[in-house]
Amino acid sequence: MPGDDRPDPEKIMLIACGALARETLLLIERNGWSFMDVTCLPANYHNHPERIPEAMRTKIHDAREKGYTRVVALFADCGTGGLLDAVLKEEGVDRIPGAHCYEFYSGAIAFDAIAEEEIGTFYLTDFLARHFDRLVIEGLGIDRYPQLRDMYFGHYRRLVYLAQVDDPEIDALAEAAADKLGLAYLRVFTGLKPYEAFMAQYVPKPETVS
Amino acid sequence: MSDEEDIVLSELDDEELVQQMHDDLYDGLADETVEGTNILLERGWEPYKVLTEALVEGMRIVGIDFRDGILFVPEVLMSANSMKAGMAILKPLLAETGAPKVGKMVIGTVKGDIHDIGKNLVSMMMEGAGFEVVDIGINNPVENYLEAIDEHMPDILGMSALLTTTMPYMKVVIDTMIEKGIRSDYVVLVGGAPLNEAFADNVGADAYCRDAAVAVETAKSFMAKRQGSLEAGAA
Repeated sequence: MPGDDRPDPEKIMLIACGALARETLLLIERNGWSFMDVTCLPANYHNHPERIPEAMRTKIHDAREKGYTRVVALFADCGTGGLLDAVLKEEGVDRIPGAHCYEFYSGAIAFDAIAEEEIGTFYLTDFLARHFDRLVIEGLGIDRYPQLRDMYFGHYRRLVYLAQVDDPEIDALAEAAADKLGLAYLRVFTGLKPYEAFMAQYVPKPETVS
Repeated sequence: MSDEEDIVLSELDDEELVQQMHDDLYDGLADETVEGTNILLERGWEPYKVLTEALVEGMRIVGIDFRDGILFVPEVLMSANSMKAGMAILKPLLAETGAPKVGKMVIGTVKGDIHDIGKNLVSMMMEGAGFEVVDIGINNPVENYLEAIDEHMPDILGMSALLTTTMPYMKVVIDTMIEKGIRSDYVVLVGGAPLNEAFADNVGADAYCRDAAVAVETAKSFMAKRQGSLEAGAA
């Protein structure tokens, strides 16, 4: 029967940035949110924000065609300058408040304090620390043209690693990244609480669960 | 675009040398660009001719391939660095020889924002196109823009921002210009990765410039309109 493949009406499709996939799946598993399904846009759209809005629209349409009535975007503005919001408004889909994942991981107030203390701050999350060489060194062409490093990062003073988990291996990668960029290093533990709180909003209230 | 065998620039005739300089700019070879610039000057070329035919034309090709997705930002930056190296030789000579000035621009990155790669590309391309550019750097509060406008009396004010969080500051600058009754005295161009035309309209800018090549074309077009209005006013 054609209807057999359609998802349970309680199911929700989360359209996440690939940079959040691991953390999103971790929270779903940890909380037993089995009614949440996840699909991702490529994490390297971080370097190409102009590709995000229409790719998001396509993902939303795909999800609706598969029968998901509830769809949520696990994205911030992510450098789209309001164009992602325009698409999400047309489609009636929520997103995470804020400008970037750095902001919602650390919470807006904590993030503002870090940014205000030193505007020349370059941020890494767990994902960016793990994939620093691919996304930053290779993505910006510093591997091919080392002299570009100072053009890109000449005004930065420090690298702040916003840690979602306690993992010495990622700490070491983040510190090495700071060293490669010639920046001072600071680790700030954010955990996943603000992100988890956002996702928890979409957990059906007990009375609505049959 | 590089050949395997070594090319001796000084042995090329003018036409071949200019063509080679286009290739060297494309390949981001700053030393070769400097050498080519010096050779053309030694051969008696006017600095303005070296600028337009060798450097600007070379960067125009780079701009086209960037627009078409053949070149990417790192390669364009290397090309821009090469042009900058050539420009460093030509700039004082251009000032001495009174090369034609298309217009004047004050440009800076807005308060709270330290990003200047796009702004620097625009500055360089604008200079290459014959504009006098006053670059006020990064992290500029409204006072810096107003002081620079007052001191340098440009035709165009350019503002740049890379962050969603800092781009709204452009409206602060434009609103202050409106309050002071000076907004209509200047063409205001805005640019930066997260910006778009709707944003430029909302903050009251004259135009959004997607990249440095568009900025040059837009600036030229506004200058032509200004020139037209001045001539019409004088008639």
